[in-house]
Amino acid sequence: MGIFILRRLGVILLTALCLTFIVFWLTNLYPNLEKLAKSQGNFRMSDEAVTSYLENRGYLQPTPIKFGQWLGVAPGWVTETADGKVMGRCFTSETPVDERPTFCGILQGDWGYSTVFKEDVGPTVLTRLKLTGKLMLCVLLLMVPSALLVGVLAGMREGSRLDRSLSTFSIATTATPEYVSGVIFIAVLASSRFGISPWLSDMGWIDSNTLFLGSATSAMEDATFWNFFLPVLTISLYGMGYIARMTRASMTEVMTAQYIRTARLKGVKFSDIVLKHALRNALIAPFTVIMLQIPWLLNGVVIVETLFNYKGFGWLLVQAAANNDIELLLAVSVVSVIVVLATQLISDIGYVFLNPRIRIT
Amino acid sequence: MEALTWTGSMGWLNPILGLAVGVMVLAYTMKILVSFLPSTGVRTIGSGGVAAANQGLSGLLGRVGAYGFLAALAIVVVYLLAGIALGPAAGIFGGLARQLLPVWIALAALFAVSIKFKRSLGLYGKLFDSTVGMIGFGLVMFWVFTGVFGGVFDMLVTHDSLSQVSGMKNKLPGTPLAGAGQEEYQWFLLGGDNLARDVYSRLIKGSWVVVQIAPMATLFAFMVGITLGLPAGYYGGKLDVFLSFLANLILAFPVILLFYLLVTPEIVLTGIPNYMALVLFVFPLVFLAVLLNSRFYTQPSLRTPLLIVVLGITGWLYLSLVSTNGAIVDAPTYRIPGLPAFVDLFDIDPGVLVVFVSVVFVNAPTVFRIVRGLALDIKTRDYVAAAQTRGEGPWYIMLWEILPNARGPLIVDFCLRIGYTTILLGTLGFFGLGLQSESPDWGTTINAGRRLLSLYPHAAIAPAVALLSLVLGLNLLADGLREESLRD
Repeated sequence: MGIFILRRLGVILLTALCLTFIVFWLTNLYPNLEKLAKSQGNFRMSDEAVTSYLENRGYLQPTPIKFGQWLGVAPGWVTETADGKVMGRCFTSETPVDERPTFCGILQGDWGYSTVFKEDVGPTVLTRLKLTGKLMLCVLLLMVPSALLVGVLAGMREGSRLDRSLSTFSIATTATPEYVSGVIFIAVLASSRFGISPWLSDMGWIDSNTLFLGSATSAMEDATFWNFFLPVLTISLYGMGYIARMTRASMTEVMTAQYIRTARLKGVKFSDIVLKHALRNALIAPFTVIMLQIPWLLNGVVIVETLFNYKGFGWLLVQAAANNDIELLLAVSVVSVIVVLATQLISDIGYVFLNPRIRIT
Repeated sequence: MEALTWTGSMGWLNPILGLAVGVMVLAYTMKILVSFLPSTGVRTIGSGGVAAANQGLSGLLGRVGAYGFLAALAIVVVYLLAGIALGPAAGIFGGLARQLLPVWIALAALFAVSIKFKRSLGLYGKLFDSTVGMIGFGLVMFWVFTGVFGGVFDMLVTHDSLSQVSGMKNKLPGTPLAGAGQEEYQWFLLGGDNLARDVYSRLIKGSWVVVQIAPMATLFAFMVGITLGLPAGYYGGKLDVFLSFLANLILAFPVILLFYLLVTPEIVLTGIPNYMALVLFVFPLVFLAVLLNSRFYTQPSLRTPLLIVVLGITGWLYLSLVSTNGAIVDAPTYRIPGLPAFVDLFDIDPGVLVVFVSVVFVNAPTVFRIVRGLALDIKTRDYVAAAQTRGEGPWYIMLWEILPNARGPLIVDFCLRIGYTTILLGTLGFFGLGLQSESPDWGTTINAGRRLLSLYPHAAIAPAVALLSLVLGLNLLADGLREESLRD
């Protein structure tokens, strides 16, 4: 088991390295750098001005060297401009000469500087991650129990009316991407002119103008049911159908097992069969599915945070990518790769613990 | 002229429809609640040992629900027929029904022919034994016909999808056209968007973009996935490790980050999408060549001409696909010449090409994993061992023994994946990537409409519902196919 985990960690490291290199290479292509220079300097820069801007800031070195500098295994660039100022990757011209480090990369704990937000990347990513963590936690709290409930209810009597309605519901949710359900929810529940909100406020059942708030910006400081439920619901709904269908498949399989038949013939109550005999075995497979669903949620988070204007990690990704903010984008991709691969690892390990029939050698 | 209401002169049917739906929902809810109580039905043993139980309350509720459902269905059909007969006099629905008449005719013809000959049509015919499958197939074909009639033949649409009409900005569905001439259609059936264009016509035009790109991109992704997944599963070893690592690498990317990296104008300038197209589009050629060669290599007199003809045609298509204006890559600093313009069959808009390539690129690894898993499973079967003993080559075994036996899960996944590709296309449009901002495709339209969502939701709701129904149709179709293919 220890060797298995070590090997997997090695693969994770390799994948993350390859992936960041690809991101690095794509963001450092010349047209992208030109756009960066023009958006940082001014849009009417001549070609020579762009080149000297990029040259002075070390952008025109070969990509492997720049990547090494970002990692912290190659010494950072140092440029002396025409007017005698010395700039470097790791220091500004104001830093005293003795305190100028040679290496500064992620190995030294320096994630770089965001050109969009004009701040250090590390703290920026951390604050945004916290906000998204809040969103994700709410999503998981809503999605997992309801998906399991739907799956178990549908799977306990295969082919019944309840099964068919719940299965149709789960198919419908998997067919509704976040940008469709979000748009429909906002129009129906959070519009002061359409949907049910005007009707409810005419009846005097709700105090505010709308049933829910269509923007989650205020939820960043103070999340309430009113301003936070719609984004949470939008993300959960898309992920829910898949988990529910997997749970249903697993539950129907368990319900046809021999030991369930034995229990029924012994005369055990149906509710006891479901809760005590079937449920534990039926929940092994959904565990893996739930863990593997988390990277998918990341996608949903990007869409929903853009749609509801919630400035979390997904919003950060969009901002970084749209403005070619190289170092921020790299940090964002490192985080998302780690999320993807770590959930895979956890699901593998958890599966071994839950299912005694599987052994890893 | 007055604004249209939703159902116009057929409005008297609305309360009846509401009643029917209400009865259905109520009866089914009650039935589900009743099913939690232990049943006390009396069972009798009739002559011949036939056991019969009276259906009790639950059966009664089930029947009431079914009647409610049938009544609701019948009323919807009445709306449709009345709409075809009366046109806009029967409200917005009537106008839509009349406008979509060619689609209804095509659908009815397709269903009639298919049901008539369903026993001789294999898996496709069996689809018409499953209600879910038929509903899904109907939804999918509705959009396919809409796309083809509206996009290719320019039928169905009421106005030009790009022209802006003054005074129609953000108007509600059913608003009469301001200053309409005699020949023009008199209403904006689904309202106007924030640039005063007809939402309905854009919806129809947008369906053609989706119906064109999604299946083609999925097909290419399948070609790539099959051509690489079969050897990975069959040979195993280092090849498998390497290819699986690559697939996992692509899958570890958050899709949206990948899109942002690939589908920006700056990247298009560097020519990277063209290189990717060059690599990804060659896989169908390789697939076809290996497929035919492995089967017919013992008969060179048949194989050689066959390969020359097939590869000639597909190679021509391939070169036409990857070259635009006589160049394969046309970066500012250099240029790789391709097919000259006079033999180039068609040109693809660079925006569409980059969208297409990135969607194929995102889908291919998942298909690869599925095919690899199936190949790993099937290669242990007896018929594979038999073929090996006969002395068949590895590619013959992969393409003519393993692949046909993996077709069931692959067809089901193909349907699901078209739906997923549709969602991805919508995501691209939602972030304003790739396609031009005036493109009528659904994702872009949702993106344009979401800014005024709480004030004028109709411009975003119409494409959202359209996308939802198409993907739902594909999912139901996949479900029906899975059920029917498991049955034998």
